[in-house]
Amino acid sequence: MENTVKQIVEKYNSNRNRLMDMLIDIQEGEGYISRDAIATLSQLLDMSQADVEQTLSFYHFFSTKPRGKYAVYLNNSPVAYMFGREAIKEAFEKSAGVRFGEVSSDGKIGLFDTACIGMNDQEPAAIINNMVFTRLTPYRVRELVKMMKEDKPIEELRKESFGDGKNYLPSLRSMVSSNIRRKGMILSDDYHFGTVLREKLPTLSPEGVIGEIKHSAIRGRGGAGFPTGLKWEFCRRAKGDKHYVVCNADEGEPGTFKDRVILTEKPELVFEGMALAGYAIGGEEGILYIRYEYRYMKDYLEEVLHKMRKEGLLGTNISGIEGFNFDIRIQFGAGAYVCGEESALLESLEGKRGEPRDKPPFPVEKGYLGYPTIINNVETFATAVRIVQNGGEWFTQFGTDDSTGTKILSISGDCMFPGVYEVNWGFNVEDMLDMVGAYDVQAVQVGGPSGTLIGPDEFHRTLGYSDLSTGGSMIIFGQQRNLLRDVVVNFMEFFIDESCGSCSTCRNMTQVMNNKLKKILAGKGVPNDLKDLQEWGRVLNASRCGLGQTAANPIISSLKNFRHLYETLLQKDKDFDEGFDLEKSVQASCSYVGRVPVFNHH
Amino acid sequence: MSNLIKFKIDGKECMAEAGKYIVDAAADNGIYIPTLCNMKGVKPKGACRICSVRINGRLMTSCTTPVTDGMEIESNSADIQDLRKSIIELLFVSGNHFCPACEKSGNCELQALAYRYQMMVPRYPYEFPTKPVDASSPRIIKDQNRCIFCKRCIKTIKDENGRSYFVFRNRGHKLEVVLDEEMGKTIDSATAHLAMENCPVGSILVKEKGFDTPIGKRKFDKEPIGSDIKL
Repeated sequence: MENTVKQIVEKYNSNRNRLMDMLIDIQEGEGYISRDAIATLSQLLDMSQADVEQTLSFYHFFSTKPRGKYAVYLNNSPVAYMFGREAIKEAFEKSAGVRFGEVSSDGKIGLFDTACIGMNDQEPAAIINNMVFTRLTPYRVRELVKMMKEDKPIEELRKESFGDGKNYLPSLRSMVSSNIRRKGMILSDDYHFGTVLREKLPTLSPEGVIGEIKHSAIRGRGGAGFPTGLKWEFCRRAKGDKHYVVCNADEGEPGTFKDRVILTEKPELVFEGMALAGYAIGGEEGILYIRYEYRYMKDYLEEVLHKMRKEGLLGTNISGIEGFNFDIRIQFGAGAYVCGEESALLESLEGKRGEPRDKPPFPVEKGYLGYPTIINNVETFATAVRIVQNGGEWFTQFGTDDSTGTKILSISGDCMFPGVYEVNWGFNVEDMLDMVGAYDVQAVQVGGPSGTLIGPDEFHRTLGYSDLSTGGSMIIFGQQRNLLRDVVVNFMEFFIDESCGSCSTCRNMTQVMNNKLKKILAGKGVPNDLKDLQEWGRVLNASRCGLGQTAANPIISSLKNFRHLYETLLQKDKDFDEGFDLEKSVQASCSYVGRVPVFNHH
Repeated sequence: MSNLIKFKIDGKECMAEAGKYIVDAAADNGIYIPTLCNMKGVKPKGACRICSVRINGRLMTSCTTPVTDGMEIESNSADIQDLRKSIIELLFVSGNHFCPACEKSGNCELQALAYRYQMMVPRYPYEFPTKPVDASSPRIIKDQNRCIFCKRCIKTIKDENGRSYFVFRNRGHKLEVVLDEEMGKTIDSATAHLAMENCPVGSILVKEKGFDTPIGKRKFDKEPIGSDIKL
């Protein structure tokens, strides 16, 4: 053990900033991170043991207890439930003989819940030892468990055909489907990788690149919508010995999976975009920060990078441009939604807990290791390549005035054809529903839990930064769904689990509001409770990051647009109900002490 | 003369050195903005959010935001004061704070802020969470019932190698501030006392001796918190 840890620490040059990698290697090697491993690690890195644990305990996929020879992580997003998660869970528990949250007594099978793994278009899905199993059925689960009990290698559990697109490639061998249903400039096959680096850059200065990006008016595709050109310009101007390019592939917003598809089908485009950005801001190092749920892509993405190095698209003096040096490394997360927030992502990159930073300073001034850094979404980098290829002016013909270009949507839920659709901005929800074959729709969750839940009277609205802004997640709920019980509570619990806990507001208010919602669902609600929920939610605006500020959106937006669902649950004849049954509690207490309760009803 | 700039808080003209954090610049001008996680001279983290002010329509924490020339800051409006009170109430309901039985009563900043903001009964239901008390160190008791996660101990209590005695564990609603088991065994008396002093509440207590200063003669027994800046 001690030697293994030593080797791992040496592999990363005893660099504390690579603590995430060290912990991942130990977790994958041993199935958990033992007390001994923590002790050795802390000694070698000159940290306290508790300090190592403070990073470790932040991330969902790290554990100080064994997680089983086969660790099963079953997605628990609302869409998984809509497609039969209960039956899958039951099948796992029955055949493995162990409950969720536990490991079987022989140490073979561990069952765990996990937040959206980016497979909403092929649920129910689970990750078993980094391999993704989609479209699970009880029969398939029984088969999987039987093979696990027989100690079959994980590859042998792979009985289905490989997914579509590039998922069949030897370095991927994945059962995941890309489900591309509509192509635009990013997903189209008419771009020859490397053209911009080879042919365009020799004719353009870094300022020229930034000029084209600014002219295109593209805004960040991750959801926040900051103008990309400005970000690059600020970073270029910021003083620092080094500048960094970071690609945010944390894609944790439940219902989003388009980055998974872009990275599967067009990784070269993303990496080319990162190199392009490196040229523009004067940076030589790029880092792809990708969520651990996509660990199955590791070998594939490394292979693509290797190929690009061989072709001279990464490395030194790229395209013969003197001093244009750029390379990319891949950093995996370990299960934390908040790391999609750019400054939390930076903390995680530095081997720490993913707690968002105070701003200012912004990452463009002080980012990774304190150096000026741009952090852009996967889709933004891919789009930047097409912009520089064809010019900023060309790009503005797509989309609308304030939202130029195309957007890749991840559409899932109650529809005929869930998957990835690249559309021009300005698309309206009605058309979108018709496009995917969604009928009798009750609601659409636009932009994931942190976005908005809208009903039919708002389906005329359009997708764009000034109307319905979205990072791409679209979840459709049919009439048969119980929105409050099955969607809103699920999303609130997601935020409660995923809050970093740093701000008093986000750490506590999500819980307080969810308790109130549960009180209403239990039939104990009174009209004032709705007023409370509305007012209390405002406190979250004082949170440091976007997660905290939007953490009550599932309640706030459903209360605004589906108020009738709440109202029908309220007690009509009461204006106060503490949600506590005095008589029942007195009876319980009396039964413990052997007294007989007397109630005086007046 | 160093680099002085002008700014406004609630319409009042103020002056301060450029680059000072708003909370300190305000204090220099006799304006009190409440703080809880902040400590003078220690890198701020903006954890409690109680010092939130509004600048250009956005809520910002004044302990982490440097003042700039011409900045207009809103601090004393009804909604911001209510936000601060809300945060105090949230902290009370999410832990188990029983002031009469607490060694820190009268020296506790959370209690003092609750008085200053005239909290009677929190508007939020008490959660009464079950939380452990760690008394394994020979010198320190870490009572999780009272912790408000301000990070002060994490940032200030370190050994000679710069290693923190206290760290965060877990996240979100399961967050804890814990004392390193090994380091807790050997923590010296002076450091333990400093940890207790830096803790704004009664979550870190030194063992064996208490109530050195009797109730009634403590820091906030005579004057409300912030009185050194403004009553």
